[in-house]
Amino acid sequence: MCAIASVSDNLNSPSPSSEIQILNINWFQKQPHGNDEVSLTMNITADLQSLFTWNTKQVFVFVAAEYATPKNALNQVSLWDAIIPAKEYAKFNLHTSNKYRFIDQGHNLRGKEFNLTLHWHVMPKTGKMFADKIVMSGYRLPEEYR
Amino acid sequence: MGWIGESIESIKSLQIRQVLTQAVSLGMIVTSALIIWKALMCITGSESPVVVVLSGSMEPGFKRGDILFLHMSKEPIRAGEIVVFNVDGREIPIVHRVIKVHEREDTGEVDVLTKGDNNYGDDRLLYAQGQLWLQRHHIMGRAVGFLPYVGWVTIIMTEKPIIKYILIGALGLLVITSKD
Repeated sequence: MCAIASVSDNLNSPSPSSEIQILNINWFQKQPHGNDEVSLTMNITADLQSLFTWNTKQVFVFVAAEYATPKNALNQVSLWDAIIPAKEYAKFNLHTSNKYRFIDQGHNLRGKEFNLTLHWHVMPKTGKMFADKIVMSGYRLPEEYR
Repeated sequence: MGWIGESIESIKSLQIRQVLTQAVSLGMIVTSALIIWKALMCITGSESPVVVVLSGSMEPGFKRGDILFLHMSKEPIRAGEIVVFNVDGREIPIVHRVIKVHEREDTGEVDVLTKGDNNYGDDRLLYAQGQLWLQRHHIMGRAVGFLPYVGWVTIIMTEKPIIKYILIGALGLLVITSKD
């Protein structure tokens, strides 16, 4: 029965949508030991209702800043996350500053271009977990610390 | 006299045969369980393909007593995945979500930070003293699937050993007394 429930999830072909704006760079500085850290405020709009099926317990959603530096081919820094317990809450629009610290490994963030990616992980009542994402590009950090 | 002795002999040999059959079938059960476990290890590439969730730090996604199926592939670790990791100096592996990843350009090595969905802060407090990141070798596998409640059996058995012994005793009795 668990297997059937899990298989039935494959029949659902979701079409989620999202948009994220950076409203403000609250502050941007180099820490005493040399890593860049930035604090920002975002406006996140998303509609994830189509992810919910009868076998969905919850959807874990998060926004990560993703960028490359000379040292690291990939940096993924989670900025905000939430648990969506039911379909009613899957369409939302919110203002938030970053929930987790946005710290680079090094000091490469000035003028850095980065992607904001909305990831979701569908956690089923039973069976296989699903994950996917929407990549939004074209964000850039300021050239100077502030 | 002769035929009595003969019949006693035949009974004795019968019993020995029965006992042997039972021993063999018991052995078969044990070995097939072992075969399944080892096969799972091979397929999933993880040294423990199934784990029981012991704490509430991933609630409401995973509750205590849920079973997770792990998979250890060569694919790189990415933010959002739920991984099972070992920390030096801690015996029990932890199941938490990856929230930060820094992957080296040259070596492909990763620095990973995790957090329990239900915990307020990240896992640096759980790591060894002074440890800021998890590396690849700390990670035993990533969770791919999920089965609720089944793990309670093992939790009860480890926390109340008497029940385990009663269960084993009852099973043993069943095997001995069963006649086919």
